[in-house]
Parts: sequence; C-alpha cells; structure tokens
Amino acid sequence: MAGGVSRRRMLAVGGAGVAGAVAAGAAGVWAHDLIAETPHAADAGGAVPFLGEHQAGITTPAQDRLHFVAFDVITDNRAELVDLLREWTRAAARMTAGRDAGPVGAVAGPAEAPPDDTGEALGLPPSGLTLTVGFGPTLFHDPSGRDRFGIADRRPPALADLPHFLGDALDATISGGDLCVQACAHDPQVAVHAIRNLARIGFGVVSVRWSQLGFGRTSSTSRQQATPRNLFGFKDGTANLKAEDSSLLRQHLWVQPGDGPEWMTGGSYLVTRKIRMTIETWDRTSLAEQEEVVGRIKATGAPLGGRGEFDRLDLTATGAAGQPVIPRDSHVRLAHPDTNDGARLLRRGYNFVDGSDGLGRLGAGLFFMAYQRDPRRQFVPIQTRLARHDAMNEYLRHVGSGLFACPPGVRADDDYWGRALFGR
Amino acid sequence: MRSHRLPACVTLGALALTGLAACGQQTAKTEKIAVTASDTACEVARTELPAGAHTFSVTNKGSKVTEFYVYAKDGSIKGEVENIGPGTTRDVHVELVAGEYESACKPGMKGDGIRGKLTVTGQATALTSDPKLAAAVAAYKAYVSGEADGLLAKTTEFAAAVKAGDVAKAKELYPVARTHWERIEPVAESFGDLDPAIDARENDVEAGQEWTGFHKIEKDLWTTGDVSGDARVADKLVADVTEIVRRAKTVDLSPVQLAAGSKELLDEVATGKITGEEDRYSHTDLWDFAANLEGAKAAIDALRDALAERDSGLLTALDAKFATVQAALDKHKAGTGWKPYTELSTADTKELSNVINGLAEPISKVAAVVAR
Repeated sequence: MAGGVSRRRMLAVGGAGVAGAVAAGAAGVWAHDLIAETPHAADAGGAVPFLGEHQAGITTPAQDRLHFVAFDVITDNRAELVDLLREWTRAAARMTAGRDAGPVGAVAGPAEAPPDDTGEALGLPPSGLTLTVGFGPTLFHDPSGRDRFGIADRRPPALADLPHFLGDALDATISGGDLCVQACAHDPQVAVHAIRNLARIGFGVVSVRWSQLGFGRTSSTSRQQATPRNLFGFKDGTANLKAEDSSLLRQHLWVQPGDGPEWMTGGSYLVTRKIRMTIETWDRTSLAEQEEVVGRIKATGAPLGGRGEFDRLDLTATGAAGQPVIPRDSHVRLAHPDTNDGARLLRRGYNFVDGSDGLGRLGAGLFFMAYQRDPRRQFVPIQTRLARHDAMNEYLRHVGSGLFACPPGVRADDDYWGRALFGR
Repeated sequence: MRSHRLPACVTLGALALTGLAACGQQTAKTEKIAVTASDTACEVARTELPAGAHTFSVTNKGSKVTEFYVYAKDGSIKGEVENIGPGTTRDVHVELVAGEYESACKPGMKGDGIRGKLTVTGQATALTSDPKLAAAVAAYKAYVSGEADGLLAKTTEFAAAVKAGDVAKAKELYPVARTHWERIEPVAESFGDLDPAIDARENDVEAGQEWTGFHKIEKDLWTTGDVSGDARVADKLVADVTEIVRRAKTVDLSPVQLAAGSKELLDEVATGKITGEEDRYSHTDLWDFAANLEGAKAAIDALRDALAERDSGLLTALDAKFATVQAALDKHKAGTGWKPYTELSTADTKELSNVINGLAEPISKVAAVVAR
C-alpha cells in the first residue's frame, strides 16, 4: 500500500480479540481458506478472505449489517464494462482487507486531487466486510431484447426471469438491475463506505438503480451463530442451509459442472425480495394467532408440537379435533423442504426500516435474500406455494424483486469478477 | 448560484484568485512570514516582500477566534485562513505579483478587521513557468473576456426590456443573458458579495436582506407577469454586472483554477440544474446546463495541449465523456434553445445525471495533473 493510513494496521493495534483465522487475511494465505468451506469467524473487527473458490458473503457467517445495491449499466461498450469489473475487483480486495478503496488512499494524495477513497472508514477495522457481485438477466438481454455485450449466448437457463407471483406489488424502480453488489459488514459505516466507493468508481459506466440498507441479519448461515429474529419477533432461518453442510451446499447452493454454462460453476443464484411488513396490524394479532401463522413457538422457535428450536417438523401430527398441529396455511409448513420436494435455500436476509410512510406507519420489512443452485427448482416453486396459501400474506407485501447470477470466486490476484463470463 | 468558492489549498478555504498556484511545493522555498494576531493588534513580521509565493504563519495570541486575509487593491481576496482559535497557529499560502496589498486580522471573525499595508516588489512573475500552461491561461482569459462582454450586453438589453414592461422580450432574453453568466460562473462567483446580488435564489436570502438579481425578476416575469416594480432591481443588476465584468476581465488566473473551475461548473449542473432548482419559475434550467457544460469544455480546451503532454489518456477519456454528455443533452433541443425542465421525464433527468457524473469524475482529476 502506497502510504496513507492502513485500516488493517489499526486493527493490529486495537483488535486484541481477533481470532487467528481472521489474522490470516494477510495477503498470500487467504486464498486457501475459503476453499475448505470452513466458515470464517467474522469477528466484529476481522477481515474475511476475498479470494476463494466461491465468493465470500454467501456462506460467510451472516454479518449484522447490509448495504445492497443494484446498478444499471449505462454504456454499450463491453471493454468499459470489463475494465470496471477489474477495477471493482481490485477495490473490493483492498476494502475487504480493511484498506482504502484506491491505491493512494483517503489522505495520502496530492492536495489538488480528490482522494481515491472517500475516507469515512479511516480508523475502522475491516469489520467482516464481504462484497459479493451478481449479474442480472438484463445484462444478457436488455429490456428490448438487445445483446449489448455479446454474452446473450452465455445466459444460463437458470437465470430465467421470475414469474409473477400472486399478490406481487412490485415497483420497477426498486426491482431488477444489470449488476448487483451485496456489502455485508458488522459496521454499517464500513458497508456503506464500500458501496459508495464502488458506485463512485463506476460513474459513467454504471448508475445506481436502487439500493437497500439492512440491519439485524434474519438468518444464520453457520451453526456458530444463534438464530436471530425478524421484525415479526420470530426466529427466522432455523432450517436454513448452513456453511457446515458441505454435501447439502453442493446439492442446493453451488452451481455444479454441467448445470449450465461453465462460467457459473462454483457460483450461485441470488433472489432478492423487498418484503414490506405491515407490522402495525401484526402487532395487534394475538400470540396464538401469530404462532399459528408462522407455525412456530414465538419464545423458543420450536415448531408447533415440538419442544426445541431444531426439532423436526411433524407435518402429520394432528390435534384433538383432528386438525393439523402445524396449520396447513402456516408459513413454516409451506416453506419447509418436506413440502417442496426437498428444495432448500440459503437465506441471508436483513430487517429494514426505511423511515416511515407518511401515514404514521414504519416503513418496515424484510429484505429477503436467498442463494441457490437453480431458482427454477428452488425459489420459484416455494414462492409460488407461499404466494397462494401462506397465512402470513395478510401482513406482507412484496414490493421489490431481483434475480442475479453470482459467479464463482475470484481465485488469484490477476483474476476479476466475471472473468469466466467475459473472457473468450 | 451556490455559495462556494474557487478551491484553494485544501485546508485554507481561501477565496484567493491568484494564490492557487502557490498551494504546492513552491511555498516551501521561501521563509514563513510570522503574523501575531491579538484582540487588538495584527503584527506582520515583514511587510515588504519580493513577488512570488509566500506563506503567512498566523498565531492567535488573543482571546477570540480570528481570521487572516490578504486583499488586493480592488478588494479581492488573495489569501484567507479562517477559524484560528486562541493559542493556535495556522498557515496560509499566497502568491503575489508586484503591487500594493492589505493584510487584515479579524478578531471575532467579523468586521473589516485590523488592516496593515503590504508592498510587493520585483518581477511580476507569471503563475506558471510551463509555456503550455501559460498559453492555456491566456486562451481561457480571452474566453472569459468575450463572455463577459456578452454578459454585459445581454443583461443591459434584458434590463431595458424589464424597465419598458416588455415581458415577452424580457422572457426571451433571460436565458440568453444567463448563458453568458453560467459559462464563466466560477470566475464571476469569486468576487464575494456581487455573486449573491446577481444570482441569489429566493431561499439564499436571509430575513431582512433584500433579494435582487436575475432570479427576483425571473419570479415576477413568470409568476405574476408584472415587472412594474422591478426598475430599480434591473438597474442594480446592470450596475453589478458591469462591476463584475470589469473585474473578470482583469483577473489573474492560475492553471489549477481553470481545472478547478471546470469541475465546479459540472458540480453546478449536478446539484442545481439537474433538479430544476436553478430556474424554478422559468424552467430554463437546460439553458444553464448547456452553458455550464460549454464553460467547462472551454477550460479543458484551453488546457488541451498541456493535458495531451501530461496525461493523454485522461484527455481522451474527457473528450469521450464530453461527447456523451452533449449527445444526451442534444436530445432536448428546442428551436435555438432548450426544452423547459418541466418537459423532462424522470428517465431523462436520470440519464443527464448519469452522464454528468461520468464526466465529472475524470474532470476532478485534471487539477492534480495540471499542478504537478
């Protein structure tokens, strides 16, 4: 690093409690960590390795904060787009290691030049920052069907536009996007800093289409983590795919050789749904009804009829009157793998409150994110069933939607996001 | 109008028009001039100086927060450092050509301050020794001078139409006169009080202050159509423009200021024009947009040879991005002018915002290239 304040150096001074695995973020060793698929202790301050077989930020134990952004590509020039992806990759490698976005840094450059880093993360540790990129369907075919970048023949069949689900109230201005970047960190300032700097690097090539801040992860992606609660007050993500389930991850999460175009092997498909919750009406619903809607005990997260959070759902159990213990229209029954031919998702959503809506209500909800091997066999059938039958729909409104093909990880210093897609 | 200033050395907040070239390494060569400020005195260690770059090191031994200024004879600010707390010392870098100047400490940061004389003698050194940069400054000064002439001529016509009660003609001339203003806005804006008098918007005026200038007349023209009470405002506008034109034609500029000015013009577009805030009654924002863009282009064109030598890749990128912006803007041509802002869709303004950001990022890099 050419001068400037090293955020990582500050970590060395101030981060006494940082785990050894985290210190391995130093250049050189990090490549091998992710390949082993061991989740990295995303300690509050530590760095998560950027290089790896898969992109970080998917099985990485979910951090506390999110800044997600979708971009439109505003150039038709393929070389400009590829240059941007290269530059983004370099900046992402630096920022996830706790360094400044540019090689010069926030305060080390000439007085006459604007700094190549915006500076608000100076003095902050890496904070478990991960940056994960994805390519939307419109990158392959723009809305008029045009193949702007000569990659239409590489569009994976699994990246099929999502169908309209019953009740969808999608706003086009907070849906879709040619590219996305997911920034997760334990410090919201670090996540926002990363997105802000990537957006700045992209001026003239990409334009922010929409972005979403999230707080409070609503899923755990590792057994090291306790299951958190969403804004309905229920534990969310109990039955989530977890980083430790290696064979399940191959089956449900990572694109395998032969699934589609080879450039996606080792990648994963991301579906995002901005789900507005009408928490005001939910809050005046009785505890018993809330538990019947969800299908779990609010206190413990145990399925109705069970005792512990991780008890198996007994979908056949019936009560005294012969009615199912876990109601037919309960969320947990409809979303459960047993109801969906075993289909599973790696959920990685976040709570959001976008201020208020002018009617005295909080603009609250869940920014749902789920990674999977093939949305056509996973998210689409599950959501189709939920949209039709889920009792929870009374309190939900899907207002935004996104679908992205997240390529495999950046494997070496000269590699870049999307090289397998754009390299010929 | 935005209350801002031509950038100087990062921490100084100087409005210095000639001080900029001195912001870099050149100042290290000369010895610092100590200034001892108190609540009642302002002692400058040396008041007879050779022409060139100087650093004043201002120590506040008083009890009030103070400021230090160097003024030229015409009242323009050559160097400025604000917020010097009791017991602290701050530096200001100034480049001075031969002539008479005034120093001023302002205890409590108000009033005319405690003034003293500064005499600068010797060769009136140029602000740059690179002939390509010197040529750039000369070319841009010629541009400023030409636009200043146009500004005065069209503002005079506009004022006459207002005074004659010819609303239709005044409306026609309004965006034309402003085009000349907007092309050279960073230069015009650097003269302290004149800019708000000419270009303040209604919300830029504090309670008790009189609102004058283009936008006051704009409001009357487009809301009530009654300008019968605006004769005095029109006269004052011409007087203020006459003064600013006189100053603009004689101002010294540094190459770094050309670069900084081009960035500022795009900032004007990105903040005021893209939102329709500038001309909120007439909706002629795209005229101002086009003029800001032309002004920025003029500065880069003046610097072209120097940039080609110093960073040809940057110049190529700038040319491409200028073309992109122009193409996006040209979609909104109407007759000899531009569509009203109100006819733009959200998609239109987003596209314009995108292309301006795409141009402004590389333009923000020009100053450092010129300064090195």
